[in-house]
Amino acid sequence: MRNVIIIGSGPAGLTAAIYTSRANLQPLVIAGQSFGGQLMNTTDVENYPGFPEGIMGPEMMQKFIKQAERFGSEMMYKDVTKVELSDDSKKVWVGDEMFEAKAVIIATGAEPKKLGLDSEEKYWGKGVSSCATCDGAFYRDKVVSVVGGGDSAAEEALFLTRFASKVYMIVRKDELRASKIMQDRVMENEKIEVLWNREVKEVLGDENVVTGLKLYDNKNDAEKNIELQGMFLGIGHMPKSEIFQGQITSNDNGYLEVVNGTYSNVDGVFIAGDVNDERYRQAVTASGSGCMAAIDAERWLEAQGN
Amino acid sequence: MDEQVNQKAEDVAANDFQEKVLNSDKPVLVDFWAEWCMPCLMMAPVLDDVAREMSDKVTVLKLNTESEGSREWAIKYDIRSIPNMKLFHKGEVVHEFIGFRPKEVFQQELEEALNKIA
Repeated sequence: MRNVIIIGSGPAGLTAAIYTSRANLQPLVIAGQSFGGQLMNTTDVENYPGFPEGIMGPEMMQKFIKQAERFGSEMMYKDVTKVELSDDSKKVWVGDEMFEAKAVIIATGAEPKKLGLDSEEKYWGKGVSSCATCDGAFYRDKVVSVVGGGDSAAEEALFLTRFASKVYMIVRKDELRASKIMQDRVMENEKIEVLWNREVKEVLGDENVVTGLKLYDNKNDAEKNIELQGMFLGIGHMPKSEIFQGQITSNDNGYLEVVNGTYSNVDGVFIAGDVNDERYRQAVTASGSGCMAAIDAERWLEAQGN
Repeated sequence: MDEQVNQKAEDVAANDFQEKVLNSDKPVLVDFWAEWCMPCLMMAPVLDDVAREMSDKVTVLKLNTESEGSREWAIKYDIRSIPNMKLFHKGEVVHEFIGFRPKEVFQQELEEALNKIA
């Protein structure tokens, strides 16, 4: 049986890997197929201490991986499909393969929230995107939309004006949640038009790519289609906690709960990063909690007579 | 020097797309990519490996979407997100991959797609 399995490979999981591997615990990091976490979808990271010139998010994550491997972390680029955490020997499945460990650190993070429409899935990567910085350049002189009214939606909309001829912001209420400074930038930008009190009912397409949206006007109780080529999501994040539900306690939004540092409700299971953190959601805070989880796990293993 | 060992996924110019991709008898995997796209740069070594290891079954080419004349191909094939890898057989797209995949996963999916047209 292994000492520790770490599930997740963003800043939290990889920092936990660096610490536990330096402590000679030889962690197995089940990194996921789309490893590296949310920073893989960013460009410049300018607020992580130690990189005065900034660093590209994916490059930073590759450095994290290198550092974890240097001390003997074992990386596996597959997705966890099932866990059974209640016994002394905790079981983690990757398809048909099963791995056992005394301790588990959950650092699965969060992901952009989706609308939950079938048509959204159908056109994912074909006009539907959650990453303006990745895909924006393919919308030169096209009409696009951003769904959401918070800071990240406003940022996406402003970024997209570099390429698109027009950017609709689709906002459910009659006001923006975004900070005052972002609201001002949105309102001042001639390319952006805010569509108030609208909800996306369906993503329309020609079977190949997105051609429009069916919008519901919740103020006038009316439906209308608009033509456009892209829909970007900016409606917040959700924790990747589904496979732990029923075993690890979570709050109403699905975020896993911790008690006393990084301890979960299950003995030997520790939690780090955005899967627990609705409030700060930063690379550096995720790293910090990954370090805490590693130290908690290390001391817990010691106390078990490891 | 062993030619096999040095084989990599080669760049294709927009001008040569018709000839090298659409007119090819052998299946061709085209990677639509750009330098500013980090997942594309991570995909590059995977594609080099695949180009080498599967050279008997498929040709792997890379089209930089920022290169001259390439935009019309990106528009023709409705590229909206990269990395975007399309498998061409007899001038038609028979399979597409959107987004980064680790080598093992990518190779398996590609094998399956190639088996279907074999």
